[in-house]
Amino acid sequence: MSELTALTLTAAREALRRREISARELTEAHLRAMEAARDLNAYITETPERALAMADAADARLARGESGLLEGLPLAIKDLFCTEGILTTAGSHILEGFVPPYESTVTRRLWEAGAVCLGKANLDEFAMGSANVTSYYGPVRNPWTRPGEEVPLVPGGSSGGSAAAVAARLCLGATGTDTGGSIRQPASFCGVVGMKPTYGRCSRFGIVAFASSLDQAGPLTRTVADCALLLQAMAGYDPQDSTSAAREVPDWSGGLSGEVRGLRIGVPAEYRVEGMPEEIERLWRQGAEWLRAAGAEIREISLPHTRYALPAYYIIAPAEASSNLARYDGMRFGLRVEGADLTETYMKTRGRGFGAEVKRRVLIGTYALSAGYYDAYYLKAQKVRRRIAEDFTAAFREVDAILTPTAPSAAFRLGEKSDDPVAMYLNDVFTVPASLAGLPGISVPAGLSAEGLPLGLQVIGRAWDEATVLRVGRALEEAAAFTALPYGLAEVAG
Amino acid sequence: MSFVIKGDTGDWEIVCGLEVHAQVISRAKLFSGASTAFGAEPNSQVSPVDAGMPGMLPVINAFCIEQAVRTGLGLRAEINRFSVFERKNYFYPDLPNGYQISQYQHPLVGRGELLIDLPDGRTKAIGITRLHLEMDAGKSLHDQLPDRTLIDLNRSGVALMEIVSEPDIRSPEEAVAYMRKLRSILRYLGTCDGNMEEGSLRCDANVSVRRVGSREFGTRCEIKNVNSMRFVAKAIEYEARRQVEILEAGGVIEQETRLFDSGRGVTRSMRSKEEAHDYRYFPDPDLLPLELEEAFVARIRESLPELPDEKKERFIREFGLTPYDAGVLVAERATADYFEEVAAGRDAKQAANWVITELFGALNRAGKGIEECPIRPHQLGRLIDLLNEKVLSGRLAKDVFAIMFETGEDPERIVEERGLRQVTDTSAIEPIVEKVIADNPGQVETYRKNPKVIGWFVGQVMKATRGKANPQMVQELLKKRLEG
Repeated sequence: MSELTALTLTAAREALRRREISARELTEAHLRAMEAARDLNAYITETPERALAMADAADARLARGESGLLEGLPLAIKDLFCTEGILTTAGSHILEGFVPPYESTVTRRLWEAGAVCLGKANLDEFAMGSANVTSYYGPVRNPWTRPGEEVPLVPGGSSGGSAAAVAARLCLGATGTDTGGSIRQPASFCGVVGMKPTYGRCSRFGIVAFASSLDQAGPLTRTVADCALLLQAMAGYDPQDSTSAAREVPDWSGGLSGEVRGLRIGVPAEYRVEGMPEEIERLWRQGAEWLRAAGAEIREISLPHTRYALPAYYIIAPAEASSNLARYDGMRFGLRVEGADLTETYMKTRGRGFGAEVKRRVLIGTYALSAGYYDAYYLKAQKVRRRIAEDFTAAFREVDAILTPTAPSAAFRLGEKSDDPVAMYLNDVFTVPASLAGLPGISVPAGLSAEGLPLGLQVIGRAWDEATVLRVGRALEEAAAFTALPYGLAEVAG
Repeated sequence: MSFVIKGDTGDWEIVCGLEVHAQVISRAKLFSGASTAFGAEPNSQVSPVDAGMPGMLPVINAFCIEQAVRTGLGLRAEINRFSVFERKNYFYPDLPNGYQISQYQHPLVGRGELLIDLPDGRTKAIGITRLHLEMDAGKSLHDQLPDRTLIDLNRSGVALMEIVSEPDIRSPEEAVAYMRKLRSILRYLGTCDGNMEEGSLRCDANVSVRRVGSREFGTRCEIKNVNSMRFVAKAIEYEARRQVEILEAGGVIEQETRLFDSGRGVTRSMRSKEEAHDYRYFPDPDLLPLELEEAFVARIRESLPELPDEKKERFIREFGLTPYDAGVLVAERATADYFEEVAAGRDAKQAANWVITELFGALNRAGKGIEECPIRPHQLGRLIDLLNEKVLSGRLAKDVFAIMFETGEDPERIVEERGLRQVTDTSAIEPIVEKVIADNPGQVETYRKNPKVIGWFVGQVMKATRGKANPQMVQELLKKRLEG
């Protein structure tokens, strides 16, 4: 690990502004690291030429004393964001050869802020998965392994490539998207910070849709300060997305501190799920203890409908996905497998273009929306969703933020749970409720499991109150002082 | 108006409701900024949103909402200030997203009504069930290549209003009257151009039959593709007779969707109830529910033009026109405006006669619409003035009218240049009267027995003056001379 790739986003930004380093050398260091770490399969597409051109342009602007918020900072982009002129796959065979003629709003904002595009990060196919094993471009390896072991572990998902790239120092930060935990859970598995902002905070325009009422873009970084900085650049109202909020983006980055004195932090009883490893519960208690020590007040709270969140999510998300994915019909872009007639062309194209998990969810979603089942499934799930949101509203009358574990386990072995979809879905048990309620949540690395793997804690806040979430996250970060590195990197770390 | 199908076992009545798709007049599409102009090169008016590209999102075009609300108000319907866009899911290559964004459980417009004119001068109210907004699909072109279908997405995303009537229609003629009236209102409002040939107004008919006197509804069939006024009547009548035939033979009607074959004038089965799609409607998560401010609706209400029903009433009240004449004049806003300009400061009944009889007759013969009329309203008004000022006789006025229609020239100029002024100078007419009497002693004899023969003498004098003599004056002079 070179010194340049070891920098945080914030530190690199300072160094660039002080002209101590150039965007070009920073970018080159990352391109070299990417090349050396291809076995992780963190990127689907690397864009070295574009990266260097963008870096040079950033250097020119820095030389003129003009610099955007992220001037010259190299990032990885989850390959769910459409990028003009760059292959965009969503991790699916069905988007074979698809090069969008348009740019997603979030990435456009990043480039306008001066950021450098290193490439497109691997992900679960159409962001459906919790282990980054469903990608048509192969699974991503977590840079972490158990000490003394070579057994590959999953990075979590669906933003697995983004989380792995941030953890392995293959970028300074990455974009992810979170539908039911797809930023927070891989952040926890890879020992990095990941945040899903309030639904509507970032534009969804140009992000390949999975479940439109849940999908939300967010950052993955190595520190909470970096997270605030990257989110700052990503967020903002977009008239091209009717669900994006016409709200001012606060200066999260500027005034960030870990000051939590006087804050009331809720610990929900219902998150003590059956079969949760003791070490997760211990870390959670530890987290609460750290916050109490920092001056926060810890309160037991109740979110009574928590246990219905996962089943409701696995109705709503597939229902929306079944409709969102209907456009992949082989007619206008991506893969087409010709059949004897239209129906056969549809069947062959979608049969070969989609992987097993995507097909499973399209089937579940189609079923849930069918005549005769709609009320029992989709409508019921929507009612549950409202109850869950009401649970949070009630809780936030008592507390300012909620502390929970991010995931019920540390990273598991590649191949594990792959034949058991329900076991896989349980990964999202702590992240899904905030998604259904549209609330902001952050995962901060807080400690190591007995096996030496990173574990994250999640902070959930009120809608539009990312500031408090970041503040509590920062306090946890300070207290946890998580400095462990993936084992491959520790050896060369200076 | 009672329309009865005589069967072998008794009389049958038609029960019919119409579903009309009216293309909203708007420069941009319902959910994208792409143009809606008709007749452009295939696929030249398609944004990534209309093509269903990955990551693209719909954004509601506020003007289309305004147009639909305006239409709802014109149909005296409830405006739902809360409505929801839903996805109607089905696969077809000309439907890029794999779903149509439409409204289902919560339409923008609720119940309203539309008055149709019956031939006996009465009116009948046809209930409007609802009006909702939806996007159009693209067009499949099956006849361009031998083994392929091509897709033109220009129409994809264009805003349509689906206007659904209650099953209040009882005859093919009522259906046509409904369509004409609806088109008239849409055109008055400027919310749809009503052009059936270009497909901006399309009609599906739900048809069932029942025995006269029965209050139950029969099983209905939906007839698609009824795309001209003429076909509306033909398709409904054919379908009703088909159903009566089946029922009288002891059969049952299967609920199904049928297609009208305009070439053969028949309806054909398209898909049965079992084959009907499960559209899996659900609220579109890309669009928030639509909530309208009362002020938004009020502003549109205030800007509504005078609509045909009110205009007709006013024409009857202010101008003393018959309901029939008033109805004919108000059918098109342009015609009504034309008439009002002609009638201004003149005898309105006389103006109505000229517009309806002479002008409409000439336009029909020339196959022209009022917009292409060569005679400007003030010109027609001046012609009527010349007639009333006795500068022209009725006959001369018609001749001048024909020339005006041909050339577009002012009546005064035609009268001057062609010397068509009526001759009212007795000294000019008297010698001709003398001559006609002198030349026709036999007819003079006949006149003694039958004074009606004076008409023949008038004709002769008019002929000799090439129509320019004032006929009343000729009559008086002849009478004086023959009697004396």
